[in-house]
Amino acid sequence: MRIGVVTFPGSLDDRDAARAIRLAGADAVALWHGDHDLHGVDALVLPGGFSYGDYLRAGAIASLSPIMTEVIDAANQGMPVLGICNGFQMLTEAHLLDGGLIRNDKGRFICRDQGLRIENNASDWTTGFEANTEIVIPLKNGEGSFMASAETLKALEGEGRIVARYIGGNPNGSLNDIAGVTNARGNVVGLMPHPEHAVEAGFGPDTDDAMASGIDGLTFFTSVIARALVGA
Amino acid sequence: MPTIVVEVMPKAELLDPQGKAVAGALGRLGQTQPALANVTGVRVGKRFEISIDGEADAATLAAVRELADTVLSNSVIEDVVGIHVQDAPSAAVA
Repeated sequence: MRIGVVTFPGSLDDRDAARAIRLAGADAVALWHGDHDLHGVDALVLPGGFSYGDYLRAGAIASLSPIMTEVIDAANQGMPVLGICNGFQMLTEAHLLDGGLIRNDKGRFICRDQGLRIENNASDWTTGFEANTEIVIPLKNGEGSFMASAETLKALEGEGRIVARYIGGNPNGSLNDIAGVTNARGNVVGLMPHPEHAVEAGFGPDTDDAMASGIDGLTFFTSVIARALVGA
Repeated sequence: MPTIVVEVMPKAELLDPQGKAVAGALGRLGQTQPALANVTGVRVGKRFEISIDGEADAATLAAVRELADTVLSNSVIEDVVGIHVQDAPSAAVA
């Protein structure tokens, strides 16, 4: 399986995302924001960072990039797309996901290991999790507070489209503790925390067993690969 | 050169952490500057000044209105609170 990672001006986590894809067992394909070509990939990751310096709004200018035409078409045709952090912001700005993200309520950039509960294990990126699994992966952002209208929130909750919720306290003021959502089809997922930073023992969050041994993030990537193998 | 001004604010019902941080600083200044003591809140928004060639006619204004709603603001978290035309880009008040 070939999974593309799009690099935008100001992307930071594109290489970590590519590494996570390789560790999960797929080929990582580097894609460029200025192209109109997805190079035949089977899935896409929009990585974290500060594309265009977060000018205008986080993810807003990147969502208008040339390659986003192809990304939006592919997503609408069912290609699995995972947006992490800045990538999540791009997906909301591109209207592929509902809601929007504003500054953290305490006004601080947050960088820490964060507990999450995976509430939707039917999306293309979460099928490898048991329902309501609790995981720990890094959270690092300044504008991670998820906002949506009451009506949208009701739809997200009612249709089970909350992929991940913060546990152990709400870090940023996100409505309903929302850390990640999916679209109705379940192929597009946006996450504020960073699964790609928790994929290899020695470099992940601390666990009860050993320092830096947490690899809870890997399951997002192995899920989408497993889904492709069964030809869903 | 005609300039179309677009003003965008965070939605009134959403927390504006940036405004809150500024309000906090003004509150601290208010302890020593009594004139600031009655400041009750601050909200921080954005002002875009779009310079154009020729007239700011109805078609141009309609196009800018569309731009304001779709690109310059995100209706999930922000409102366009004003669009008006002035003769030139703003300069410092003398």
